[in-house]
Amino acid sequence: MATIEQTTEIGAPAHRGASPGHDPHATATGVPNTKLAMWIFLASDCLFFGAFIATYLLYRGRDKVGPGPKELFDIPFTSATSFILLMSSLTMVLALAAIQRGDERRLRIWLLATALLGATFIAGQVFEFTEFNHEGLNLNTNLFGSTFFILTGFHGAHVTAGIIWLMSLWGMASQGRLKQGDSEKVEIAGLYWHFVDVVWIVIFTVIYLVPQPAAPGGG
Amino acid sequence: MRLQRTRRELHTRWWIPALATLALVLTACSTESGPENRQNPLRPKGEYAEKIDDLFGPVFWVSVVIGVLVVAATVLVAVKFRTRKGEDVRPKQTHGSTPLEIGWTILPAVILLAVAVPTVSTIFSLDEEPINPVEVTAVAKQWWWQFDYPRDDNGKKVVTANDMHIPVDRDVLVTLTACDESLPNTVGTETPGCNVLHSFWVPELAGKRDVVPGRENQLKIRADEEGVYVGQCAEYCGLSHANMKFRVIAQSESEYQAWLEAQRADAEVALDDSSDVEELFTAKFQCTNCHTSEDSSLSTYGPNLTHFASREVFASGYYELTRERLIEWLLDAPSLIPMQSDDCRLGSPGSVEGAICVGMPSFTKNPPEGADGQRFPAMKHEEAEILADYLLSLT
Amino acid sequence: MTTVAGALTTVKRRPLLLRRPTKTTGAFSWFTTIDHKKIGIMYCATAMLFFLVGGLEALLIRLQLAGPNGTVVTAAQYNELFTMHGTTMVFLVGMPMAVGIANYFVPIMIGARDVAFPRLNAFGFYVVVAGGIFLYSSWIPGINGVPNGGWFGYTPLTDTPLTAGFLPGRGPDFWTVGVVMLGIGSTTSAINFIVTILNLRAPGMTLMRMPVFVWMMLVVAFLTVFAMPIITVALIMVFFDRNYGSLFFQASAGADPLLYQHLFWLFGHPEVYILILPGMGIVSEILPVFSRKPLFGYSVVVFSGIAIGFLGWGVWAHHMFATGLGPVAISAFGVSTMLIAVPTGVKIFNWLSTVWRGAVRLTTAMLFALGFIAMFTIGGLSGVLHSVVPSDTQQTDTYFVVAHFHYVLFGGLLFGVFGGFYYWLPKVYGRMLDERVGKINFWTMLIGFNLTFFPMHFVGLYGMPRRTYRYDAGLGWDAWNLVETIGAFVIAVSTLIFLANIIVSIMLKRGAVAGDDPWDGRTLEWTTTSPPPDYNFADIPEIEGRDAHWHHKYTEDEEGRLMPLPSGGAAAAAEGDGHHDGIHMPSPSIYPLITGLGLLPLGYAAVYHSFAWLGVGVVVLLYGLYAWAIEPGTEPDESDHGGGAPARVPEPVH
Repeated sequence: MATIEQTTEIGAPAHRGASPGHDPHATATGVPNTKLAMWIFLASDCLFFGAFIATYLLYRGRDKVGPGPKELFDIPFTSATSFILLMSSLTMVLALAAIQRGDERRLRIWLLATALLGATFIAGQVFEFTEFNHEGLNLNTNLFGSTFFILTGFHGAHVTAGIIWLMSLWGMASQGRLKQGDSEKVEIAGLYWHFVDVVWIVIFTVIYLVPQPAAPGGG
Repeated sequence: MRLQRTRRELHTRWWIPALATLALVLTACSTESGPENRQNPLRPKGEYAEKIDDLFGPVFWVSVVIGVLVVAATVLVAVKFRTRKGEDVRPKQTHGSTPLEIGWTILPAVILLAVAVPTVSTIFSLDEEPINPVEVTAVAKQWWWQFDYPRDDNGKKVVTANDMHIPVDRDVLVTLTACDESLPNTVGTETPGCNVLHSFWVPELAGKRDVVPGRENQLKIRADEEGVYVGQCAEYCGLSHANMKFRVIAQSESEYQAWLEAQRADAEVALDDSSDVEELFTAKFQCTNCHTSEDSSLSTYGPNLTHFASREVFASGYYELTRERLIEWLLDAPSLIPMQSDDCRLGSPGSVEGAICVGMPSFTKNPPEGADGQRFPAMKHEEAEILADYLLSLT
Repeated sequence: MTTVAGALTTVKRRPLLLRRPTKTTGAFSWFTTIDHKKIGIMYCATAMLFFLVGGLEALLIRLQLAGPNGTVVTAAQYNELFTMHGTTMVFLVGMPMAVGIANYFVPIMIGARDVAFPRLNAFGFYVVVAGGIFLYSSWIPGINGVPNGGWFGYTPLTDTPLTAGFLPGRGPDFWTVGVVMLGIGSTTSAINFIVTILNLRAPGMTLMRMPVFVWMMLVVAFLTVFAMPIITVALIMVFFDRNYGSLFFQASAGADPLLYQHLFWLFGHPEVYILILPGMGIVSEILPVFSRKPLFGYSVVVFSGIAIGFLGWGVWAHHMFATGLGPVAISAFGVSTMLIAVPTGVKIFNWLSTVWRGAVRLTTAMLFALGFIAMFTIGGLSGVLHSVVPSDTQQTDTYFVVAHFHYVLFGGLLFGVFGGFYYWLPKVYGRMLDERVGKINFWTMLIGFNLTFFPMHFVGLYGMPRRTYRYDAGLGWDAWNLVETIGAFVIAVSTLIFLANIIVSIMLKRGAVAGDDPWDGRTLEWTTTSPPPDYNFADIPEIEGRDAHWHHKYTEDEEGRLMPLPSGGAAAAAEGDGHHDGIHMPSPSIYPLITGLGLLPLGYAAVYHSFAWLGVGVVVLLYGLYAWAIEPGTEPDESDHGGGAPARVPEPVH
C-alpha cells in the first residue's frame, strides 16, 4: 500500500482551480495533501505493527517446545544490521537535503546509499531466517516461531517496499526527472523510510533486548 | 403572509400505524414469559437464572417505556408540525439550548447509573464461590457434549454424553473445556488436542458461558425444581452447530447419587468374544475406534456408550432415544445430523494425515475407510438391528 | 469536461504506456473516470447490487427458517449463506454505500472540485470491486470454497488447518483474503476522505461550519484508518495458521484463541460506528431541510459523533461477555457500553428538537429520516439491555442480538441511506423520484422491516439461538419465525418498488425535472446545477456561515423567524456561468482499474499457493503502479488556457 501512496499525486495535476502564480499545493490546513496522506497512512500502519507486537508480547514465554529466542539469537549480529538500518535514515536525510539544495548528483548518491543500506539489512534478515530455520525454528514449531517470523517478516516486507520505492526515485533522478521542485516526493518517501526504521527500533527492543523467559524443552 | 402557525386538527389516520405498533408490542409483552419450551430464559428455574431475570425485567420495562416515548415523540413531531403542500410556514430558527443539552445529557446518564449499579452487583454476586458444589466437567466435542463426573476413591471418573444429571437445590460447578486426551493434537506438542469454541447454555438455569480451548471457564448452575432442562450450544461451531443440544436432568439428591453409582458400574452386558455383536461392533464396523461400551470411565472420540440406554437423548442430543431412530442412525447417521464424514479415514483421530472424520459416518452411503485403508462394507438392516438391540441393552 | 488536450501533445510518449484517455462520456469512460461523482455513483450501484445479492441470501435464510426443521437448504449451505450475508452486508453494502454517497457529496458540500487524490479514489473503488468478485467467485462450482466460518470468523474454527476437518473446503481462505482486499480499498478511500475534508475546504468553510454529514464521514474515515489494520493483522494470522502451519490461535501450542476475538472486536466495534455514523450524518442533513429549521444543537451533534468515535474503541469486549473475562473486566466494559448510550441519546433528542416547531414536509426522504430515529432508538435500547452483562449472557448469540443489530444497521444505516437517495438523487440525475411511489416504498419498508425483525426480539428472549439452520417444532418459535419470513418478503417487495421508482423516474426520465434546489436545501450542493458540472462549481464558493446555501436565500427577523432575502433564490450561486473554461480537471486514467484488479490474481495466488497467479498479479500490479506514477498529467505547464475568471485557491484556515 505504501507504494500506492507514493504514486498518488505524481503526475496528478493541481486541479483545484489553481491559477498561475498560486502555489498549487496551498491547502486549508497548510499541509500538502500527499504529506498529510502519508502521515495518516503511517498512523494506520502503527496499528498494524502494534497488533503484531502485542501478539508477540502476549505469547512470550508461553511455548511448550523449543527452540526459543535464547538458543537462537545472535544479538551482536542483529545489532549490527539494526545499526545499518538506522544509518540509512541518516543517508535519507542527506538525500532530502540534497534535493532541497538542488544538488541532483548527491541526491542520486544518497538515494542509492539508503537503498543499499536497506538491502543490507534485508540480506541480514534473510541470513538470520535461514540460520534459525537450520536450527529448527519454523512458523509451525512454536508460538515464538509464528510470532517472530510473521512480525519481522512483515517489517522486512515494508523495508523491501521502501527499497523498491527508493530505487524508483533513484531511477527518476538518473533520468533527470527529479528536480529541486520535486523535493516533496523525496520527503514523502523519507517519511515512510524513517517510520519503518523507528518501527524496527521498537521491534528490536521488544524481541531482542527485553530479557527472554527460557523456553521449556530448550537448551 | 402568515407568520403564525394555524392550528389544525390532527388526522387520526396517522395514529393507526402508531397504535397498531403499540398494540403489537403490548400484546406480545403481555405473554411476557413466553412458551414453556424448557429452554426459555424468561422462565428461570434456578437461583442464578432468576437473578438474571430479576435484573433483566426492570431494565427491559424501562427500555420499553423510553422506546414507546421516543417513538411516540417522533410520530408526534411529524404529525403536529406537518405543513400542507405550498403552505409557507416560517418557523422560528432555534439553534440550540445549552440547558436542554445539559439536561438530556444528564438524564440518560442518571438512568444508566441506576442500571449500572445493580448490573455490577449482580455480576459480582453471580461470580461468588459456589457452596459445596457438585463438580462436573463439560467437554465440548464436535457436535455433542461429554460430561465427566469426579473420580471416586479408585480414581475412576464417570463419563457420559448428552444427558447431564444434577441434584436439585445444590450448586453445580461446571468446568468447561474443549480440550481432551481423546482429541487429536495437530500441533505436535504433548498436550491434549482441542477443538473449537462452543458455548454452554441451559437458559432456565443460568446464562451462557463459552467453552474456550486452552482455558478452563467455569459456570455455576442450580435448579430449584426437579425436571428436565434443555441446553444448547450457543457459539457457532461448524456444520452441525444447530443440533448440538443436551439435557440437564435435575433429580433429588438420592436419585442423583443412585444414578451416579449405576454409571460407575461396568457394563452389565459385556461383549462376548464369540457373539455376532462383538464381530459387528469391533471388527466389521470398528465402532471401538471411537467408542467404548465396556468402561464408563474412558473419554473417547465418540460418546462413551457404556450406559447408553440410560440416556434420554442421543445423536448430538437432538433426538429422543428410540429403537427406530437408533437403527436409522446406525445405517446413515449424517442424514439425521449433518457431519463431515465423507471421504475421511476412520479410526485415526490422532493422525494429522488425511482428513479426519468429524462425527459418525454413514455405513450405507459412501462408507468410510477403516484404519486399514479398506472401505467398510455397507451395513445391512439386520446388522443395524443387532447393534441397536445391543446398545439398548446397555442400561 | 473542459480539459486541455493540447497539453498532452507536448508530453513525450513512453513505451508500454497507454495513451491517457480524455473522453469523459460514453460507456468506456466509466472505467477510466476519476470524477468523484461518477465513482460515487459506481460505489452506490455496486453496493445496491450486493444489497440485492445479500438480500437474496437473507430470503433463503428466512425460507429455511419459516418453519421448524426446514429443508430448503442443507446445513452446509445455510452456514455459507449466513456467513456471506453478514460479510456482504457489512463490507459490500454498508461501507461502500456510505462511501459512495460521501464520495459524491462530501467534496461538493465543502466546496471542492474533487477529492484530494482522484486516481486513488478510483483505485479504492476497484479494490472493493475486486474483493467482491473474489469473495463471490468462491461460489463457482468446483472451487469448494464458499466462506462458512461466519462474518466474524472466530478461531480456532477458521484457522485450524484443513486436515483437522473443522471447516472443510477453502471457505475461510477466500474469506480472509477477500476481507483483507476490501480493507485495503476502504483504507485508501478513508485516507482520501480525511485529506479531502481537512485540506480542500472552500475559503471560509471552517470545521465548525461543515455539514454534519461531512463531519460524520471524517470521524468514519479516522475509525476506518485505525480499525482496518487490526483486522488485517488478525486475518493474516488466521491465513498463515490455515495455510502455513503457524500457531497463532492453536490452544494446544499454548496460544489463546480469545486473542482473535479481542483483535476482531477491536476492529469490529469501531466498524459498527463506521456503518452507523454515515446514517446519522444523512439524517442530520435531511431533518433540518424538511423542518425549515437549522439543526438543533449543531455542535453537540458533532461532538457527540466524535465522542461516539472515541468511546467506540473502549467497548469491544461487550461482544465477549460470555467468554469468561472475569467480573472486573466485564463490569468495566458493561459500564463503558452504557456510557456510549449517552452521546447517542443526545443525538436523538437534538434531532427531535430540530423537527419540533418546524415547518415539517413529510417527503419520502423525511419519512425515512423519521423512521431512522424511531427504529434506531429501538435498536439502541436493546443495545443498552446488552450492556446489562448478566442479562447479556442470556441474550448473546440469540435472535435478540440479531434483532438488535438489524434495528441499528437496517433501521439505522439503511433507512438513512434510503432517505439519502430520495433526498439526493434529484441532485445526481436532475430528476425527482416519484413521491407517491416513494411513500409506498417507505411504508412497505417500515412494515416489512418491523415484521421481520421485531419478532426476533421475542424468539431470542424465548431462547432461540442464532446461526442455527433448523429448530425443533413446539418450542414456541414457529409462528414468530413465519411472521419474520413474511416480513422479509415484504422488504423484498419494497426494495423492488424502490428500484422501479429509480428505473421509471430516472432511467426512463419520467420524473419531474428537479432544478438546482428542489427541496429548498441548506447546504452547498444545492447551489450548483442538477446534475453538477464536472468541476462542481464554476467559482469556488466563499462560505460565510453554517448552512451556506440557506444564507443565500434567507435570514432571520428580530424574533428569530425565517425571512426570505429580497434577492431570493439561488440566483447568487448561479453567477459565474461561462467562466469555467479555465478550470482544469484531471484527465481520466485506466491505471486505477488495472492496479485495483491486479489484486485479484494476487488473491488467487494466496489461496491456491500458485506462483503462476502470483506472477500475473505482480506484473499487473507493478505495471499499473509505474504507469500510474509516470502517466502524464493534463495540466498546462506554463499558461492558463481558459483566461476566464481565475478560480480561487482555498485559503488556509489558520
